[in-house]
Amino acid sequence: MELMTPAQDRPPQRTPRERGTRRGEQSVEHLLRRAGFGASQEEVDFYLELGFSGSVRRLVDYEDAPDDVDSLIGTPGYVAVTAVGGFAPATTIAHARQRWLFRMVHSQRPLQEKMTLFWHNHFATAYTKIAGAFNAAEGSRYMAAKPSEDPNGVKGQIEVFRDFALGNFRDLLVAMAKDVAMLVWLDGRTNVRNRPQENFARELMELFTMGVGTFEESDVYAAARVFTGWNLARPGNAYYTFSYVANQHDTTAKEFTFPIYADGGRTIAARSADAGMQDGLDLINAVARHPATGPRLALKLYRYFVSEVDSPDERLINDLSRLYYENNFEMKPVIRHLLLSSQFTAPAARYARYSWPVEFVTRAIKEVGWAGFSVNDTLTPLANMGQQLFEPPDVNGWDLGAGWFSSGAMVARMNFAATLATNQRFNLRERLRGQARTPEALVTLINDRLTPSPFTSDQHRALVDYAGAGLTFTGSDAQLVTKASGLAHLVVGSGAYQIV
Amino acid sequence: MSISRRKFMKGGVAAFTVSFAAPAFLSDIARAQGRSRRNLVVLYLSGGNDALSTLVPYTDAQYYARRPFISIPAANVLQIGSDASGRPLGLNPRLTGFHNIFNSGRLAVIQRTGYPNSSRSHFEGTDIWSTADPRSPQGTGWLGRYLDQLPTPVDPLTAWSTQRETPRTLMSRTVGVPSITNVAGYAFASPNGGADATYARETATRISSHVPVDQPHLAFVNATSQAAFATLDRVAQVGTYVSTVPYPANGFAQAMRMIAGAMVRGVGTKIFWVQTGGYDTHSAQNPNQAAGAYSTLMATLNDGVFAFYQDLQNQGLLNDTLILQFSEFGRRITENGSQGTDHGAAGLMMALGGSVKGGIYGTAANLQAGTGNPTLENNSGDVRHETDFRSVYARVIDSWLGGDSTSILGGNFGAGAPQFL
Repeated sequence: MELMTPAQDRPPQRTPRERGTRRGEQSVEHLLRRAGFGASQEEVDFYLELGFSGSVRRLVDYEDAPDDVDSLIGTPGYVAVTAVGGFAPATTIAHARQRWLFRMVHSQRPLQEKMTLFWHNHFATAYTKIAGAFNAAEGSRYMAAKPSEDPNGVKGQIEVFRDFALGNFRDLLVAMAKDVAMLVWLDGRTNVRNRPQENFARELMELFTMGVGTFEESDVYAAARVFTGWNLARPGNAYYTFSYVANQHDTTAKEFTFPIYADGGRTIAARSADAGMQDGLDLINAVARHPATGPRLALKLYRYFVSEVDSPDERLINDLSRLYYENNFEMKPVIRHLLLSSQFTAPAARYARYSWPVEFVTRAIKEVGWAGFSVNDTLTPLANMGQQLFEPPDVNGWDLGAGWFSSGAMVARMNFAATLATNQRFNLRERLRGQARTPEALVTLINDRLTPSPFTSDQHRALVDYAGAGLTFTGSDAQLVTKASGLAHLVVGSGAYQIV
Repeated sequence: MSISRRKFMKGGVAAFTVSFAAPAFLSDIARAQGRSRRNLVVLYLSGGNDALSTLVPYTDAQYYARRPFISIPAANVLQIGSDASGRPLGLNPRLTGFHNIFNSGRLAVIQRTGYPNSSRSHFEGTDIWSTADPRSPQGTGWLGRYLDQLPTPVDPLTAWSTQRETPRTLMSRTVGVPSITNVAGYAFASPNGGADATYARETATRISSHVPVDQPHLAFVNATSQAAFATLDRVAQVGTYVSTVPYPANGFAQAMRMIAGAMVRGVGTKIFWVQTGGYDTHSAQNPNQAAGAYSTLMATLNDGVFAFYQDLQNQGLLNDTLILQFSEFGRRITENGSQGTDHGAAGLMMALGGSVKGGIYGTAANLQAGTGNPTLENNSGDVRHETDFRSVYARVIDSWLGGDSTSILGGNFGAGAPQFL
């Protein structure tokens, strides 16, 4: 400890800045945790320049931001990926997972990725069943391929979600009814005239739109018959694609217990087989327009963006729902209104959500640092926390909120914090060198960087005690390597960091 | 949907914060509460098990008529005799271990279990079986309410979920049930070694001891961390368990092996939750091919359970162990065009263990479609329940766990319960 560089040779000591003291910093950080995946210091600075409403505009009107994130994969300065034998997300699911995590960390369109994740959970489809039906490479293809990298221009399901991130929900429903992965996942590919298949029909109403309790068993039968013939074809034996097979369509009339048409009509009339695909479009229009769908989506978005602690303001749910119907199922006006609402900006909404494992992991990478870290090293920890991308547990998606927090999952979060902090210990030292002369100053610097929800004075004291434990604190390089990584581990692994 | 679950968690957390005990006392409590060595393993077949492929009515011509592709030939089933209505029944050919246990008188099959107006939704159905409350399935689980009845404070290892998520069945107002999928990963890591690692664990424990009443979600997360810190060292003992028989390498069998280890090491757990999935067999059930989907499900189930059963027998723990199996619904009688089956109604429960009175309980449905067949419902599409699943729970609570089923289940379901214990 006596061998340290004399203090006068170091850069002038900066007083640790109190967290979020720049004007608007806390609300921008809140916005980026919710409408994105947290923010690096550079990103905070960038969005702070735009102000809060300018930042909302930048996030929502993301077409104006560069869409170059994939081209940055494997280049210096960004989080690494790990691929033996070439990076091939269109055919290897572990690479597809890494590409998506890379996008979450570095995209300049974070809200697009955040909504992609929302839709992935909403239309929860699991890779394993697709891979089981075809093979591993095909499973990855229909989940994650980009048309530009596929020999037949296949667009994987996740790319559909990206296209529709803030797009039209009714059109997204149509796209999902025709999506190859979905047709395998909910067995639509085998839904034929003589033996209708109820799986997609039921979940379309129960999970994707209206909700349980809004329909009868007879509606499930009728809806299954509506989608008969919505199957798959395999042109040139090269790839699977949606195909309406007219001679497998049930052409008889289908009666429902809820209105299908704007005039209140509840019956889809008998149609010729050739025209029969319109049955499905009529039903999708009906379930998108159903009075339970708008409020149900609004509530789900409220839980995703605003709060899992407080009940939503009925007025906000009504406003979001009304915007959904008035704008003909366009999501962009709904999300814009939500992010600018007083419920979203209220200080009470800060730290009122349980982070999803991928939110936790990507935010930690952005805040702790990533030089020399690979997103590949998040995949096993994420599975232990309960979230494998492309592998939701069932069609209902992940069990959100408090459901993420079993003790086993919490241990996995703490252990990921240790892994990341260990990996970043020299980077942390470089960043903090010369800035912390006392344990208190080091704790303040770490907390400023990591933005946990505020610690109590007792908890703060515990961190300061740790920073000074077993040594006489001087802020030397050796001490920083130990204590900065130790503190980053403790903060990222704390309860306060798990809520966003 | 999970909205209601969050509402519940919000309500449940406040109670949680006031009754959580300091970790230091917990192992004493575990010892005090461990005077009964009896334990219960709840086994959930996730996705809605096709009961007619597990327990086959192999003399019912309608079974073969309504399932031209996926019925199991009479010659292949493992016969277990006839039920009270005279219907001969056979186990799935792959359930050889279950057959063995049946023949030793320790497997009870309980036919046509369910409840009126059965939900065909996975999620609502699972919630109903979990809460034992078909009218309002958003509250605590039936075993969670059992945990709530134990003298407080309750040791956090009293129940153990081997799934990553805590199942609703184990959701309690006062006890945070740990989810431990993998004993080796359930350990505290630190960036630094030596004394600093010790400081880090002490600090993390100290930070998690803060349970703010005005922030129930943060309180819940911190309490979860506390439960982890209070159980890490005991769970570590399970990691060194050497089983007396080999277990298959799949996740289900390894979870069964972990449970056996916890029992042998005596960590104090009374209730275990284990599940195995893939039962939502809408297409290509293929029960007659060795590698077919349903055969694989039965193989996983049979081999994991039978290894566990033999292991416990060797360890002398069988008489203290009850395995109770359920699924969220049975499936439609008639196969669909994909050679699978869609969501149906009543299903099959099984109970096994050294204290079970084995045999066939309940009567099989008559699968003949038509009005006036009281054993079917939904225009003869589905099997109607005969035994209310809550009466099975009541038997377990009253005769095995030593609880009060009337208060836990909100009614007296014990009177007509099958007498398998």
